[in-house]
Amino acid sequence: MTTTTAPAAGAVVPRHHSPVRRPSLLRLTVVELRKLVDTRAGRWLLITIGLIAAVVVTLQLIYAEEADQTFANFFVPSLLPVGVLLPVLGILSITSEWSQRTALTTYALVPRRERVVTAKLVAVMVAALASVLASLALAAVGTLVASAIGGAGTWQLDGSLIVNAIILQVTSVLMGAAFGLLLLNPPLAIVGYFLLPTVWGVLGEMVRPLRGPSEWLDTSKTMEPLFSSDALTGEQWGRIAVSLLAWMVLPLAAGLFRTLRREVS
Amino acid sequence: MITVENLTKRYGPHPAVDDVSFQCEPGTVTGFLGPNGAGKSTTMRMICGLTAPTAGRATVSGQPYRELPNPGREVGVLLDASAQHAGRTGREALTLSAYTMGLDRREVAAKLDLVGLNAVAAKRRVRAYSLGMRQRLGLAQALLGDPRVLILDEPANGLDPEGIFWMRGLLRDFADRGGTVLLSSHLLREVEAVADRLVVIGGGRIVAQGDKNELLAGGGTVVRARDGAALRRALDAANLSAADSSEGLLVQADAEAVGQAAADAGVALAELRPASGGGLEQLFLTLTAGESTKEAVR
Repeated sequence: MTTTTAPAAGAVVPRHHSPVRRPSLLRLTVVELRKLVDTRAGRWLLITIGLIAAVVVTLQLIYAEEADQTFANFFVPSLLPVGVLLPVLGILSITSEWSQRTALTTYALVPRRERVVTAKLVAVMVAALASVLASLALAAVGTLVASAIGGAGTWQLDGSLIVNAIILQVTSVLMGAAFGLLLLNPPLAIVGYFLLPTVWGVLGEMVRPLRGPSEWLDTSKTMEPLFSSDALTGEQWGRIAVSLLAWMVLPLAAGLFRTLRREVS
Repeated sequence: MITVENLTKRYGPHPAVDDVSFQCEPGTVTGFLGPNGAGKSTTMRMICGLTAPTAGRATVSGQPYRELPNPGREVGVLLDASAQHAGRTGREALTLSAYTMGLDRREVAAKLDLVGLNAVAAKRRVRAYSLGMRQRLGLAQALLGDPRVLILDEPANGLDPEGIFWMRGLLRDFADRGGTVLLSSHLLREVEAVADRLVVIGGGRIVAQGDKNELLAGGGTVVRARDGAALRRALDAANLSAADSSEGLLVQADAEAVGQAAADAGVALAELRPASGGGLEQLFLTLTAGESTKEAVR
């Protein structure tokens, strides 16, 4: 029964090509950005993030005092809900490769797994930057509407506020990605990401000896100054750095180690 | 060209793959045969750098897989057809791979066409694909970078007879044009029809390998007695391994040794002859019989 002909056989000639180069990090990043939006789930997550920011601005328009309807006041409140959802994006970007088993294809095409992980981290950071731009754009729309309907509509915004917002959103998404890398399972990583810091925060409130360390390790406390336009003190930066070391850098390092060694099947 | 040298993988104390060595030459199709759990997939994952071996090494085109600069252009891999994102369309899955490899986007349409996924199918999400369609998509993915080597794990799974016939032709043609194919299967007929060489694995160890025709020539001996149980005891006593087949017991020994064993035990034979060209299935049964019974007893 051995056959010697096949339909459209010519198209599977094993060709000898010129030496091939490995895909650049830029190329891999573009692939990962595309993966963020090429499924319904990913697209809806991004749309939800945008919608929530829009809802926050709308609520400001309806309920905030007219004098408070300024560009900065539209911008800052939209950061928080977006900052809650961005980590989910980071988690799903990493873990869906394992839950959907596409890791088999991804790592067969790019066996240097650290390059794929780097590309994913860059991609979600780009998404975080884009979310800040979206927040700015929505705040601008809010300000325009406010000045039309009698609100303050002042445009003044400190540059430091934008820098703080960028730090806030980029670190949020990276913390999510770090949890994803470490746990490699979407539900586990999402629950872990939201539960652990909360438990830690509650413990920090309840257990007196933990109150001191909590000031340095509870990201909801250490990151709080980033929501204002006041310049941060050295100690505040120190606290942010220490808490990020615990919740971002360590899980990232341990997660990378685990991802590089894990059997793909 | 695929070279596997002393590959071993242990999970705890249990060796899933134990000291496996073989070579796949350009221009040939190598059939990688074995019962489920024999270590076929683990071996293939180790070749592709997806599982780290406990010992030994494997190279593709002379290099360890992980060192290949752009592996998709050198070797096409299909290890599991269902390992696709359910929410992506077939076309999108290939587009991502094509972009990763730096291929022209037209390759996506060309390969979809080649494997028989039409424009409607390509636009549907993989969730809605049948297993056969997923296999075709996986083949398109493996062929996407015009590789010189193909590594396919159970590619005929889920294909209809027409699809199996088509794939056989595709692989034969690929090899005839100088490509190297490593193809695993438990569908023995499928491998017999297309392979030039066979590597048979059982319980993590290679139990036979070589040219298909030479291996099939040593097909063993068919023996039958009215008292089948007594015959089996006689063969066991003579240390000959026997497997059940539709025609009687299939023994991996020549007729003389089998006849002597029966005579020594005083068993009257109803039939004794060299196994006919029933082929690979009998070889496969014989070679893996000991392994699987051991497995069951353990």
